[in-house]
Amino acid sequence: MVSGVFQFIANNFPQALYLTGEHVWIVGVALFIAAATGIPLGLYITEHEDIASPIISGANIIMTIPSIALFGIMLPLLSPLNMGLGKIPAIIALILYSQLPIIRNTYTAIKNVPPDLVDAAIGVGMSRWQRLKEVEIPLAAPVIIAGLRTAAVMNIGIAAIAVYIGSGGLGVYIQQGIDRAYPEMILSGALLVSILALIVDGIMALLERAITPEGIKVRKKLMQ
Amino acid sequence: MITYKSVTKIFGSGKDAVTALDSINFVVPKGEIVVLLGPSGCGKTTTLRLTNRLETVTQGNIFIENQNIMDINPVELRQRLGYVIQAIGLFPNKTIAENISVVPNLLGWKKDKTGKRVDEMLQLVNLQPDIYRNRYPAELSGGQQQRVGVARGLAADPDILLMDEPFGAIDPINREQIQNEFLKLQAQLKKTIVFVSHDIHEAIKVGDRIALFDKGKLIQYDSPEVILTQPKNKFVADFVGADRALKVLGLITVSEVMNHNPKNLVRADERTEHALKFINDKKFRYGIVINGSIPVGYVTPAMLTYGEGIVLEVTEKYPLFLKEHTSLRDVLSFMLMYDLTAFCVLDDNGNFTGTVTYHDIQHVVKKSYTDEAASDEGAQ
Repeated sequence: MVSGVFQFIANNFPQALYLTGEHVWIVGVALFIAAATGIPLGLYITEHEDIASPIISGANIIMTIPSIALFGIMLPLLSPLNMGLGKIPAIIALILYSQLPIIRNTYTAIKNVPPDLVDAAIGVGMSRWQRLKEVEIPLAAPVIIAGLRTAAVMNIGIAAIAVYIGSGGLGVYIQQGIDRAYPEMILSGALLVSILALIVDGIMALLERAITPEGIKVRKKLMQ
Repeated sequence: MITYKSVTKIFGSGKDAVTALDSINFVVPKGEIVVLLGPSGCGKTTTLRLTNRLETVTQGNIFIENQNIMDINPVELRQRLGYVIQAIGLFPNKTIAENISVVPNLLGWKKDKTGKRVDEMLQLVNLQPDIYRNRYPAELSGGQQQRVGVARGLAADPDILLMDEPFGAIDPINREQIQNEFLKLQAQLKKTIVFVSHDIHEAIKVGDRIALFDKGKLIQYDSPEVILTQPKNKFVADFVGADRALKVLGLITVSEVMNHNPKNLVRADERTEHALKFINDKKFRYGIVINGSIPVGYVTPAMLTYGEGIVLEVTEKYPLFLKEHTSLRDVLSFMLMYDLTAFCVLDDNGNFTGTVTYHDIQHVVKKSYTDEAASDEGAQ
């Protein structure tokens, strides 16, 4: 069985590679757009406490919608634009699912910058933007990246299900394997999705470390 | 110069309104350190934060060099005023040099000018630039971090420095040292400084004046001596503590009370019987033994009575000598420690300049309390 899985991947290597690339592309585009919307939104709500709670709750509710149901809801909504099926609804769904970890981590990370430091930053005469750029974002960056990491890994899984609305990607092996009762094919899809998730998780972990300010790394090392 | 005119600050509104400051009036003169002192919640920190508009005045006005702070853009105002808080206020993601450059960078200084300034500032606060420039705050001790905090506050050479319990987080030994360094620095720089503290010892030590707050009111604004010797009411007397006589002594140095011409001197090479006769004739209780121009110790008649030879042989050596800038508080402590009622004072070259006796100290304490009694009568 296991050797069958490897056999299947070896025999279909170019296709496996293509589907993996497609999978990465969907997740990547979704993550890029989600970051471009979620991080600014997270920063914005740190300044507007009154809407912070509703926005985070909203993102939370989206998370609870099963992915299949979300695809189903989007189908009639996007059909008039001729986009009910394919990569676009899949990417939209992934963007929506990503909002919670990204917004919440951004918001929490900025809020967790010690008030004394914020006070010092204001007190020495930094504008709101300078404060964000010089102090708050550098200190919050590792936690914000951790939010992107959660979103990325989660989306790799959800993107496999999006094959049912014709998005392509590694879900194709799983779907077709089920249809044809071809266990090696199903397992190949599952295996590749898992490997992809592990690799992306590893890359994001490296990114998280790279973006941690040197001074914070030094402090952590000294505190051990 | 900073002028506080009927400054009132109310937090919240309606039923929840809390009056943090109630119509405060005082002036911080140019080049002086004014310590805002009081128990927590008394309004001292609020006063400081109103000054650089971290909080906004509810009523009244604050003027800096006769300019109303409300007419100055808050960001520009803050860049103009140096701001020093506890060590935790250093940005952990920036190196020491970057931390010190913060305000110069905000002001758009040229890179090489800022770089030079950083090294200058580090030297000023006794940190070697080559060692510390590229370190991170986490790699420095609390005392060193606080020095960097002071350097950051001074980097853009502001005329006015606002300091919010700057040395509060440092252990007592290092605090003493950094306070001394800070005072030395101030003697050189002559900045106008508003300094928040909850520590009466610190206030007495660093303050040219003390503004004592309680429950949002300015209770007394005077020099440390006046606060200690003439407390305005029970609150002030309680706050400065029952040991305020001792605290007054902390403010007075040896040079102010010392006797420059003590008469009870005996030469070290004199015969004991001559010295004994001299002391008895003049009715001294003891003699100070001088060897050349250097005092070595003391002799009492009892010690001389059984001596045969020169005075030096029976002399009891002094365990220590005083400097002119030693505080009377320390002198008194030495007297108790060594069970002696007199000490000799040496100048920096080790030459004898005079003596301080227990009697001199008693006299000062009595005098400051007579002042107090007189002013009490005047008030009645």
